[in-house]
Amino acid sequence: MWNPDATMAPRQAPRSAPAPSPLGSVTLVTGPEELLNDRVVRAARNAVLKADPEAESHDTAGEQLTMATLGELAAPSLFSSTRCVAVHRLEDAPDEVHDGLVDYASSPDPDVALVLVHSGGQRGSGLLNRLRKLPTVHEHKSEAVKGRGFAQFAVDEAGTHRAVLEPEAADALVEAVGGDLRALAAAVDQLAHDFPGRRLDLDLVRRYFSGRADVKGFEIADHALYGRTSQALEELRWALDTGVGGPYVTASFASAVRQLARYKAAARGLRDADLAREVGVPPWKLRTLRDQAKAWDEQGLATAIRAVASADADVKGAGGDPAYALERMVLTVSRARVER
Amino acid sequence: MTVWDSLVGQRHAVTALQDAARGQGMTHAWLFTGPPGSGRSNAALAFAAALQCGEQGCGGCDDCTEVLAGAHPDVTLRRTEKVIITVDEARRWVRDAGLMPVRHRWQIIIVEDADRLHERANNALLKAIEEPTPRTVWMLCAPQPEDVLATIRSRTRHVSLATPTAEDVAGFLVERHGVSEERAAHAARASQGHIGRARALAMEEETRNRRREVVSLPPRLTTLGACLQAAANIVDIAKAEAEAQTDAQHAKELRDLEVLYGADRKARSLRSAKAAERELAEQHKLRLKRKVLDAVDRQLTELLSVYRDVLVVQTGAGSHLVNEEQRPELSELARRTTPEGTLHRIDAIGAAREQILEFNVPPLLALESMMVALRG
Ligand SMILES: [Zn+2]
Repeated sequence: MWNPDATMAPRQAPRSAPAPSPLGSVTLVTGPEELLNDRVVRAARNAVLKADPEAESHDTAGEQLTMATLGELAAPSLFSSTRCVAVHRLEDAPDEVHDGLVDYASSPDPDVALVLVHSGGQRGSGLLNRLRKLPTVHEHKSEAVKGRGFAQFAVDEAGTHRAVLEPEAADALVEAVGGDLRALAAAVDQLAHDFPGRRLDLDLVRRYFSGRADVKGFEIADHALYGRTSQALEELRWALDTGVGGPYVTASFASAVRQLARYKAAARGLRDADLAREVGVPPWKLRTLRDQAKAWDEQGLATAIRAVASADADVKGAGGDPAYALERMVLTVSRARVER
Repeated sequence: MTVWDSLVGQRHAVTALQDAARGQGMTHAWLFTGPPGSGRSNAALAFAAALQCGEQGCGGCDDCTEVLAGAHPDVTLRRTEKVIITVDEARRWVRDAGLMPVRHRWQIIIVEDADRLHERANNALLKAIEEPTPRTVWMLCAPQPEDVLATIRSRTRHVSLATPTAEDVAGFLVERHGVSEERAAHAARASQGHIGRARALAMEEETRNRRREVVSLPPRLTTLGACLQAAANIVDIAKAEAEAQTDAQHAKELRDLEVLYGADRKARSLRSAKAAERELAEQHKLRLKRKVLDAVDRQLTELLSVYRDVLVVQTGAGSHLVNEEQRPELSELARRTTPEGTLHRIDAIGAAREQILEFNVPPLLALESMMVALRG
C-alpha cells in the first residue's frame, strides 16, 4: 500500500486522495518546500521497490527532457523492467515536450512510475493545468511553510518519531535553528534520538540548542575573558557535543579577544560613538568591554591572541585532538588575566 | 635574442636544456625545481619553445613567440588556483596529453604546481609518464624534488634552478628593462633572487612604496595597538595588491562570458549563462584568495629580511644587508634587542606563515599573533 501522507507531517498533507500505487500512474508533486517534495519522491520510489525489488530508479531534470527521452519512457520496454522515473524542476521542461508529456500521462505505462516535481510558482502552470485534468495524474500539493508553520512542522515531525515536542519547546527550537525545514527536521531527529521516551520540553531544548554555533562561541569566549574558567569549559563541552565545530569556537575567540585588545589599545577620552567605531563594535558592547578590560593588560592579551591563533591551526589539522586544543586555549586565555 | 635570455643566473640548467633540445639526453618527463621566483615555469616554457622551434629556440619564429605568449596549440600550461589538484583534473590532462600535436613536433604539458597534486592525481600522472605516447612531453614544476611522489621523481629528468645572485638579477634588469643601475641594485637585493618580484620593484613605484611600508614596521612594533594596526595593514595591503593583479583579468573574463552568451537570448541558454557566471565568480573568488595569500606570504618574506638583517648586525656575520637603506633604524633595533630575541622573532614569522598557508588560519589572526610576538 502506497501512502505518501504517512511520510509527511499532517499539516502539509496533500489535498487529493492517495493513489493505490505509483506504478502505471503519474504522481505530480507541487510546492516550494524541497524537503516535502523529496519525501514524496522517496515514498514513491520505495513503493515501487516494494512492488519489484529489481526496479530501476532514474532522476532527471526538467531542463533535460527531450522528445527522445520521453519516447524511451513511453515505448513498451523490451525487458519490461519496472522503473521509477522522477523528473525534478518540471517548470524547466522545454515547451516542445509538453504535448508529449500530456500524451504519455493520459495512458501511462503500467510498469513505470513517473513522478513529476514542480517547485511551485507560475512557470509551467499551463502544463500543470493540463496534467491535473487527467484521471491518471495524482497530485501531492504542499504550501510554503511560514511563520507559526515552522513550529507546527517541528511538533508534527516529532510525532513521526513517536516523540512529543511541547509547543513552547518548538518555538524555542525554531528560534535556535531558524526557519529551514531540513535543519528543523534534523534537529528534531537528533532530539528524539538522544532522549528516547522523554517529553521534549522547553528546558531540554534550551539546554540543547541554546543559540546558534557562533553565538555559542561568543558565550564561551565571554566566560573565558571574565575568568569564569569552569563555566567556559562546561559550555565548550556542551557546544562540542551538540556539533558546534572547533573553527567556529576559535573564530569567536579571535574576534572577542581582538575587540578587547582594540578597546585596550584605543586612545583614552574618546566619545562612545567614536570609540565604538575605532574598536569595531556596536556601542552597547562597550560596557561589556569596559567591564572585562579591568582584568587585562597588554601582556595578557598578547598571550591570549597567540593561544587563539595556535588553537585555530590545531583544530584545522595542525595538532592532534581538537577538543584538547580548545580546552587548552580556554585555560590559557582565562589564566592570562591579571590576578587581583 | 633567444628563448634562453630570460632565464637569469641559470647557466647550468640552460646548458642541459639546450643539449636536450638538440636531442642529447631528451626524455618524455621533466621535473623543474627551484625556489619561488627562480623561474621554474619560465624555464619550462623556454625549453618547450626550444623543442617546438626549428632552431632550438631562436626566439623569433612563430613557434617560439607563441609558446612564450602561452598561445601555442601544442603547449599547455596547467596552473591551478586551488590548493590541491584533484584526480579528475589530472585525468583530464592525461587524456588531452594523448592527442597528436597539431603541428609537427611535440605535445607538451607543463604542470606549474606539481607539488599540489593530490595523491591519486599523482598516480594518474604516473601512469601517463610510465607509458608515454611517443610525441608527448611532460614538464612538472615544484619547489623541491621531494614535493612530488618518489615514483614520479624517479621517472623524470631533474632540472634544478638556482637562486640567481643579486648581480645576475641587477644585470638582467638593466639590460632587459633599461632600469638604472642604482634602482636595479636595490630591486635585486630586496627581491632576494625572486625575478618577478625584482622586476615589479624595479618598474612599479607602487610596489616599492608598499615594500617600504612593510619593512619599516619592525621598529614601530612597541605597543599592542601598533601590533594590531600593523596586522590589519598587512592584510589591507595584500588585498589591494591581489585586487590590482586580478581586476583586469576578471573584468575581461566576465566580458568574454557576456559576449559568449549575449548573442543567444533564448530562455534556456539564460539558465546555463547564469550557471557559467556563478562558476566564473567562484573561480574569481578562489583566485583572489590565492593571490591574497601569495601577497601576505611575500610581505612575510620582506619582514623576515628585516630580522635577518638585524641578526647580521647583532652577530657581525657578514656585512651585506638586504635592507641597506635602512641600516640606521635596523642598527638601533639590533641594539635594543638580543640575538636570541631576534631568532624567536624569525621563528614567529615562520609559524605565522605555516598557520596561514598550511592550516588556513585567517591571515588577520595569524598576523596579529605574529606581531605581538615581534613586539619589543
Ligand atoms: Zn624559434
